[in-house]
Amino acid sequence: MIAPENDVQAQTLAMQAPIAARPSLWNKALRNRRVMAGTAILALMLLVAVLAPWLGTVDPALIDVSARNLKPGELLSITLDDGSAVDHTAYFGTDNLGRDVFSRVLYGTRVSLVIGAAVAMISLTIGLVIGLLAGFFRHLDGPVMRVMDALMAIPGILLAITLVAIWKGGMLTVILAIVVPDIPRVVRLVRSVVLSVREEPYVEAAESLGAPTVWLLIRHVLPNTVAPLIVQGTFLCAAAMLSEAALSFLGIGIPPEIPSWGNIIAEGRALFRVHPHNIFYPSIFLALTVLAVNVLGDGLRDALDPKMHKNL
Amino acid sequence: MLSFIIRRMLALMPVLLLVAAFAFLVLRMVPGDPAAIIAGETATTEQVAEIRQRLGLDQTLARQFVIWISHVVRGDFGESYFFKLPVMDLVLQRIEPTLALGACALMISVVAAVPLGVLAAFRQGSRIDDMVMGLSVLGFSVPGFVLGYALMYVFAIQLEWLPVQGYTRIADGLGPFLARIILPASALAVVYIALIARITRTSVLEVLNEDYIRTARAKGLTEAEVLVRHALRNAAVPILTIIGIGIGLLIGGAVVTESVFAIPGLGRLTVEAVLSRDFPVIQALIVLFSVAYVMVNLLVDIGYAFLDPRIRY
Amino acid sequence: MSMRSPNNPPALALRGLRIALPPGADRSHAVTDANLTVRPGELVCLVGESGSGKSVIAQAVMGLLPKGLRADAGQILLAGTDVLQASPDWLRAARCVRMSMIFQEPMTALNPVITCGRQIDEVLRKHTRLSSNERQRKVLRALEQVQLPDPPRMYTAYPHQLSGGQRQRIMIAMALILDPALLIADEPTTALDVTTQSQILKLIKELQLSHGTGVLFITHDFGVVAEIADQVAVLRLGELVESGPTRQLLGAPCHPYTRMLIGSVPSLRPAHREVNKSGELVLRINNLHKTYTSSGLFQRNRTVHAVSDVSIAIARGQTVGIVGESGSGKSTVARCVARLIDPSGGQVWLGDQEIGQASRRVLRPNRHRIQIVFQDPYRSLNPRRTVEQSMVEGPMYYGVSRDDALGRARRLMELVRLDPQALQRFPHEFSGGQRQRICIARALAMEPEVLIADEAVSALDVSVQKQVLELLDNIRARLNLAVLFITHDLRVAAQICDQVAVMHQGRLVEFGATAQVLGQPRHAYTQSLLAAAPGRNWDFAHAASSAPYT
Repeated sequence: MIAPENDVQAQTLAMQAPIAARPSLWNKALRNRRVMAGTAILALMLLVAVLAPWLGTVDPALIDVSARNLKPGELLSITLDDGSAVDHTAYFGTDNLGRDVFSRVLYGTRVSLVIGAAVAMISLTIGLVIGLLAGFFRHLDGPVMRVMDALMAIPGILLAITLVAIWKGGMLTVILAIVVPDIPRVVRLVRSVVLSVREEPYVEAAESLGAPTVWLLIRHVLPNTVAPLIVQGTFLCAAAMLSEAALSFLGIGIPPEIPSWGNIIAEGRALFRVHPHNIFYPSIFLALTVLAVNVLGDGLRDALDPKMHKNL
Repeated sequence: MLSFIIRRMLALMPVLLLVAAFAFLVLRMVPGDPAAIIAGETATTEQVAEIRQRLGLDQTLARQFVIWISHVVRGDFGESYFFKLPVMDLVLQRIEPTLALGACALMISVVAAVPLGVLAAFRQGSRIDDMVMGLSVLGFSVPGFVLGYALMYVFAIQLEWLPVQGYTRIADGLGPFLARIILPASALAVVYIALIARITRTSVLEVLNEDYIRTARAKGLTEAEVLVRHALRNAAVPILTIIGIGIGLLIGGAVVTESVFAIPGLGRLTVEAVLSRDFPVIQALIVLFSVAYVMVNLLVDIGYAFLDPRIRY
Repeated sequence: MSMRSPNNPPALALRGLRIALPPGADRSHAVTDANLTVRPGELVCLVGESGSGKSVIAQAVMGLLPKGLRADAGQILLAGTDVLQASPDWLRAARCVRMSMIFQEPMTALNPVITCGRQIDEVLRKHTRLSSNERQRKVLRALEQVQLPDPPRMYTAYPHQLSGGQRQRIMIAMALILDPALLIADEPTTALDVTTQSQILKLIKELQLSHGTGVLFITHDFGVVAEIADQVAVLRLGELVESGPTRQLLGAPCHPYTRMLIGSVPSLRPAHREVNKSGELVLRINNLHKTYTSSGLFQRNRTVHAVSDVSIAIARGQTVGIVGESGSGKSTVARCVARLIDPSGGQVWLGDQEIGQASRRVLRPNRHRIQIVFQDPYRSLNPRRTVEQSMVEGPMYYGVSRDDALGRARRLMELVRLDPQALQRFPHEFSGGQRQRICIARALAMEPEVLIADEAVSALDVSVQKQVLELLDNIRARLNLAVLFITHDLRVAAQICDQVAVMHQGRLVEFGATAQVLGQPRHAYTQSLLAAAPGRNWDFAHAASSAPYT
């Protein structure tokens, strides 16, 4: 009676699907143009981050008040340990304290990538566990979702700011402060996947075969969460990089000694009108990296499961 | 209908309570003695003890919470450490610019994004569609403050069409008000536009695949009639949802945007409060922003009931 | 009938119609060389199994082919004009005026946010220049004609407030309000209960006769064909293999495919079954209850008695069927027995072990003794696991070694007549019928005493259904299983069940030997069910005609 065969769309699709092994979805994902583009740029950023010391940079914390606010391209004189002076081109100029912006921006890549990856992985892990439990055990669902709703009611940046205010500043604090507001979103996603998979006849069939609950969760439900979680993870990573930048920009993020793109921009605020290069270059890097991750996520989502559009 | 609204509001109570609990615990989560923190670095032991007694910090946590809540529901959030003013007064001073900024950003967003999304869905797969999707990804990727500075640079510094920073109240003149608000509102709106346009597109596309659209076509309606008379109203529900959820983005964005454009609103207040660890203000802001978010979403829920008869009956 | 004079042009004529599929499909064309005529006042049934292309023809006539499909040869003549050559404007003007269509799923075919009356009114607004009063009168009259109670209330009602049958009547009213010459009905009753179906079929037939409309009725159900069709056309993989007047085609089909199809339709006459004397009761359901309550703050407490006081017993080697319409509770009974949901009351005895109220700990070692095969073959197997993995999973939970489980799996694949080599494949590589066999094999791997089939053949084409039913019966006999067979289809129950239980709104209204319950039903509800079964006077398999057996 339900026979989807009677629907024209389904008929057409059924006629189109060849009865043969279909190529793995992951292969399809890797060949997607957006995935390739995003991955390429990300790989570039990764290289920059790793190879920063050898890419024509100097110590990003090196202060030289005599060389402050140089325009991009001007020369900078660096005094080495042994007293000799070397000329170094400040490709992106220098800031108010004479620090080479180019070096700071390149080293800042490390901070952003680390934060993006860390936030994504931690949020996904915690959110996955909570989401699985909430979705599968009905009596846990109510209280857990109330707490998640409460967390979501507090605007993310406000929550992050508050957490940073409570704990001392530092990389770890910033990471955790960004993770906490993200967890409810992951939980929601996982929970919705679990709820829909739980209704599938093959899960009921496994239950009637005598499968213990843990087994059901791991073998049948969990694999369905992988694809949406990966896509969500990319968006979380992008958002985390933006959040860190915003926090640092406001002065309540990464401590100013560590160069992060947000910090650099924050420090460049005062003289923005006269020396916009302080803000311009880190902004480009930030926007480009975040864009790459977002495009990657978009491509992955389209390739892995078109139905995911709804949830994400 | 009324019972629907009442039920919704009651369902919100536990959430608001949890938020209040969190705000209350914020001060207690700081390592160290709350009274000592309030008193400051240079206070003597007697001063600390006096503060502890005065603020009731020597009572049990539960009692403190009850006392605090009873003050909060009357609008009394205590006194700001930094400004030495009642918090509520402080908030009321700063609320107008933020509301103006938020309202303008919201209007710009909805007016720009929904038609873009509908157009992209209607012309799915065309260049317009690709452009809208591409621009929306860009909108998600550029940080708000960067956008703010970019707009400022182009329009205020280079072209000198608009003033660079600051806020003028409407009461002091509509023209100057608009001139000052347009750049920050636009910067704030961009990410919201990106989000709404996307969801609009997805929602309309989904609706266009429904069976009743096929029925509408079978009646002989043109594509445009099908879109306007049948698709849009059904697509509105998810769009409304995202507008509600996105308010959180607006609030977060306001904090940054006000910083960039030197607008004396609640966003700036948040930053100042955090930097000076002014906990009563932080607590008040958490509660107020959350209440606002929750109320907006309640309005959205009520909006559903108007749009979708299935929810009403 | 008097409309069918040779001077009237046919309402619809398909001449050599060919519709191409997009590249990459399993065949090049959805429909090849279709020739079909529907005369005014005539009802032509287009029959075929899934993938035959029957819906594609319907969409092509309306000019609503989905993207990727194109008619590349032939003509579709609508009272003389070729639809395929017509402009989009002409097509739009023709819809609902010269030709109308009603669809399969009444639940989703109407816009949920617009009232029913306005949706019908839209047809008038689009195609006529009547004033709003005239339109309203016309709509109300149309609602009367489709026998809806209280037309003014129906006008202002929203679709979700109506039942499936009522919604379908709204669709019919919408389609016929401007008196088109052609009505295309694409499986309009497939999603409805049998009693509702019977009413809608009658309605369509009456309206067709009174308006003189030509109807192209698409279906896969030969019972429906026998009930209402004047002419029949049989479609197979895009080809029209046979067509002709109903009596002639059903009584003496020429083409082997048609003969095979008709021969696969189970007869309503209860089959003669060997009585199994072993008699040992292996499953006893005593006074089973299942109640759902929904409550909440400020919400009225709503109690639904899904199952009330149901008692059934099944002996080894016997098949007992539960028949009923949707909402009767038959699936709920199956789920309670399989302990996928917990009963609210009553007992389920499996041999001498009570499992209905047993705790999870007591239940676990007994689970393997009852196994269940579900309705939807496309969602009953985990798409990410090979057939082998799905089949060895169960026995391995109970401590069977992997090698033993594998051996079992291979033997069972042979038992269900599938190649054991296919164990390595994934579910999507099999057809619906094959997947259902795999599900049966998976269930049998647990060596159960009781097998529950919950509408296990309902989603299968009639020819495949016949094979799977034979297989099930075979297995039952060989392994001496007790089978609980849930179905809404009386024909299937008549052929495969030794005893039949009839359920209505959660209660058991009749229970006894199949020959008695379906041959001489005592309860009024059972009688109404049988009276509603389409084509009940036809015994297809034996191609016996007209003599009713009731």
